[in-house]
Amino acid sequence: MSKVHVTTSINGDPTEFLCEPDSTLLDVLRDELGLTGSKEGCGTGDCGACTVTINGRVVCSCLVLGAEAEGAEIGTIEGMAEGDKLHPLQQKFIEHAALQCGICTPGILVAAKSLLEHNPDPTEEEARYWLAGNLCRCTGYDKIIRAVLATAADMREAS
Amino acid sequence: MQYLAPQTLDDAVKALASQPDAKVLAGGTDLLVRMRSDMIHPDVVLDIKRIDETRRITQEDGGWRIGASVSAAEMGENAALVADWPGVVEAANLIGSTQIQGRCTIVGNLCNASPAADSVPAMVAANATVRVVGPEGTRDVPVQEIPVSPGKTSLKPGEFVASVFLPPRPERSGDAYLRFIPRTEMDIAVVSAGVALQLDEGGTCTAARVSLGAVAPTVLLVPEAADTLIGTKVDEPALEALAKAASAAAKPIADKRGTVEYRVHVAGVLARRAAVIARNRAGGAS
Repeated sequence: MSKVHVTTSINGDPTEFLCEPDSTLLDVLRDELGLTGSKEGCGTGDCGACTVTINGRVVCSCLVLGAEAEGAEIGTIEGMAEGDKLHPLQQKFIEHAALQCGICTPGILVAAKSLLEHNPDPTEEEARYWLAGNLCRCTGYDKIIRAVLATAADMREAS
Repeated sequence: MQYLAPQTLDDAVKALASQPDAKVLAGGTDLLVRMRSDMIHPDVVLDIKRIDETRRITQEDGGWRIGASVSAAEMGENAALVADWPGVVEAANLIGSTQIQGRCTIVGNLCNASPAADSVPAMVAANATVRVVGPEGTRDVPVQEIPVSPGKTSLKPGEFVASVFLPPRPERSGDAYLRFIPRTEMDIAVVSAGVALQLDEGGTCTAARVSLGAVAPTVLLVPEAADTLIGTKVDEPALEALAKAASAAAKPIADKRGTVEYRVHVAGVLARRAAVIARNRAGGAS
């Protein structure tokens, strides 16, 4: 099985890697590139723990082949904070205690950031629907949604 | 496994013809799940997303051509497409989560050949066709002729679907799709119904297509249900007759998601409700 050579951009950094043709993007991120923030939960696109963006759209990286990243712009949780400065969503998740075990958190943050980019003023219902593909087994949904809506309010005020 | 990503339809057809155990990849939301669950082990995965024609939504002859790689999310973001075929787009946008929406395609939904596929009854009601490409050339096929049984399609070896065509939307027409699931989001239809209809200036229905999902081995086109609407104002007696005809056409199995009796009843309820939405969209009496 010959490896596929892929040239892509991850969090704005030009990146090249070699991957097996059947490796998922999630496998490549975690095992080849050491970007272990994206988690594998179900591996079948149900839980959202592996959420990343491809060309600005949220996807489950467990259902994307690494080879498909050729020429794409990938965004992962590692690109969310700017150095030591947390993204407002990350800060609010801490303030609202919107995480317990943390496995779902990177995927939820990536998906929530995308929500606020599409819709800076989501209703609670819109936020819940947008994040319906991100499962949290510590049942922290209420705090998560509150943190997302509070971030949205702060960011609207700041802009 | 080998990964191929041709840039033209011709190259894709040639690659598929020489690789009998190849699988076509567009959104991957079904294919990757099957590969990862060890249900299939293709020798070749043929990614068609780098073929320009598969990536576009274009107006064609007054209707719409939607490429096989266009995601459901992209369909929902195309305001003119939504205005013409709201039922088809709403059906596509019901599939999976935000993450799945960013990848899943209506062609994949069709070729997966599930009787419960959400976008298929809506496409059948809309009288959509698909463009099939293969070693023997190109052919246009009505959507309802693609699935033949759960998981099986009428596509011949080496063929794949390159695009869907939604016909021009006539004046005073509307479409709608409804499904029943026990939750509000992210589930597989227990029963579903699609309706597309056209009214004359007086509000009388002149043409209709009614489809049902998840009540037979394939999505059903139900002409006898459509006949109950034609010539009426899509009023209460017509809706009553529609519900009866839809229930009569439903031939479901009983499984963990619903009993036969339940599905038969709900097929009528959903057909009726979808017809009311389609009628109102067509500008008829509400």
